Amino acid sequence: MPDVFGFFLDPTHWQGETGIPNRLLEHLVISGSGILAATLLSLPIGLYIGHTNRGAGLAINLANIGRAVPSYAMMVIPLPFTLALAPVLGYSPTLGLNFLPIFLAMTFLAIPPLLVSTYAGLRAVDRDLIEAGRGMGLTELQILRRIELPIASPILMGGFRTATLQVIATATIGAILSGGGLGRFIFDGLNQGLAGRASIYAGAILVAALAIGVDLVLSLVQTRLTPRALRRPSTPTARGPERVVGVGEGPGVARTT
Amino acid sequence: MVEGAPLIDFNWIAGHLDGIGLRVVQHLQLTIIPLLLGIVISLILAVWAVRTPRAYGPVTAVTGLLYTIPSLAAFAVLRPIFGLSLLTALIPLTAYTLLILFRNFVAGFSAVPADVLEAAEGMGYTRRERLIRVELPLAVPLMIAGVRLASVTTIGLATVAAVLGDTFGGLGQLITEGIQNFFPTKYLLGAALSVALAIGADYLFVRFERIVTPWTHAQAGGR
Repeated sequence: MPDVFGFFLDPTHWQGETGIPNRLLEHLVISGSGILAATLLSLPIGLYIGHTNRGAGLAINLANIGRAVPSYAMMVIPLPFTLALAPVLGYSPTLGLNFLPIFLAMTFLAIPPLLVSTYAGLRAVDRDLIEAGRGMGLTELQILRRIELPIASPILMGGFRTATLQVIATATIGAILSGGGLGRFIFDGLNQGLAGRASIYAGAILVAALAIGVDLVLSLVQTRLTPRALRRPSTPTARGPERVVGVGEGPGVARTT
Repeated sequence: MVEGAPLIDFNWIAGHLDGIGLRVVQHLQLTIIPLLLGIVISLILAVWAVRTPRAYGPVTAVTGLLYTIPSLAAFAVLRPIFGLSLLTALIPLTAYTLLILFRNFVAGFSAVPADVLEAAEGMGYTRRERLIRVELPLAVPLMIAGVRLASVTTIGLATVAAVLGDTFGGLGQLITEGIQNFFPTKYLLGAALSVALAIGADYLFVRFERIVTPWTHAQAGGR
C-alpha cells in the first residue's frame, strides 16, 4: 500500500501551481464553467419543449444520441479548431490545447441529462393544474414560473445532480490533454511508475470526495427548492434506487470516464 | 500541425487500414468481454436481490462505490498489480457495468405485476418455470435498456484504457498517439470511430429491443 497519508501530510503538496488547493480550484473552474454553459443552453430549450411539447421528440432523441458520445473523443474533436483559432482570436495556444476543448466536452456531456430532466420535469406536471391556471387567467409565462417550475424542480435538480457528478468525474481525463484539475495527480502519478502510486490514490480520493461533497450540497439545495407540500421524508436522490433507466427515458447514469 | 497541410490526410488512412482495423477489433474486445462478464455477474446478483430483498441495499452500495472511482485512477492503480495484461483494463470496465446492469435487472424483475405472478402460480408453474417463462420475458425491456446503457458507457470508458499503453489500446490509442504526434488525422479518426461505435451500438440495442419485445410497441405511438 503506497503512503497516501504521507502524500496528504507533505506540505509541498499543498502549495503552488501543482498543489492540492490549486488543482482543486482548476477542477472546480473547468467543471463549473461547463455545467454553467450547459445549463444556459439546455434550460431555455428544455423549458420551451416541456411547456409546449413542440419539437420534443427531436430534442430528446438528439440528447440520447449525445449521451452515447465518448467524452475522450468529444475532447479531441474540437482540438484542431480551438488550436487554429488561437492566433485569429488572440487567445493563448495553451488555452486552445487544453481549457477550451475540455470545457466544450464538459458542456456537451452535461447537456443531455439537463435537457431530458427539464423536459421530463415539466411533462410530469398534472395537466389539470395547468388548465386551472389558464382558467384563472395566468399567462403562459406565469404558468411556467408559478406552477410548472416549482412542481418540476425536484426532477430538474435530479438531472442537475446527475450532470454535475458526471462532469466532475469526467473532468479527470482532461489531464491527458495536460489540462489542470485533480486528474493531474492521477495522470502524473501514472507516468512516475511505482513512485507515483501515492499520487494516483490521492487523486482518486480527491475526485471522489469532491463529487460526493458537491452532491451532498446539491441534495440540500434540492430539498430547499422542493415546495413544502411536495416534500417527502426521503427526496429522490440522483443515486437512489428509484432512478432507473427506462426504455429511452430519464437522464440515466451513463458515464464515459 | 504543419501549416497548410489538410486537416485529414486520407492517404495516411488508406495506407494504414490494417492498423486501424486492429484498433477497432481491440476496442470491440474491450467492450464485449466486460459487457458479457457484467451481464453474468449482475444477473446472478439481481436474482439473489429479488429473492432476498435485504441484499439490494448492500449490493447497490458496493456497485455504486465502484462506480465513483475515476476510470483513469482505476487503470493507473491496477497497472502495477496486473502489469500490462488485458486484466488491468477488463477489471475496471467490468466493474463499471455492474451498477447500471444490476439496477436495471432488478427493476425489470420488479416491474412484473403481482397478479401476473399469481396467475402463473395458479397455472401451476414452479418457481423456476415462472422465472424463465414469465418473469424474464416481462423484464426484458428494462434489462435491454440497461445493457444498452452499459455498452455505450463501456465503449466510452474503453477509450481511456489507452493510457495503459499500446498492447491492447483500442481506439483511444489512435487518439492518444495522434495527440502526442500533433497529427489530427489520427486523433480525429480515433474519435470519429469511437463515436460511430457508440452510436451504432446504441441504435442496435434499440432495434433489438423492439424485435424481441414486439408487444411493448404494438400500439402506434409507442416508443
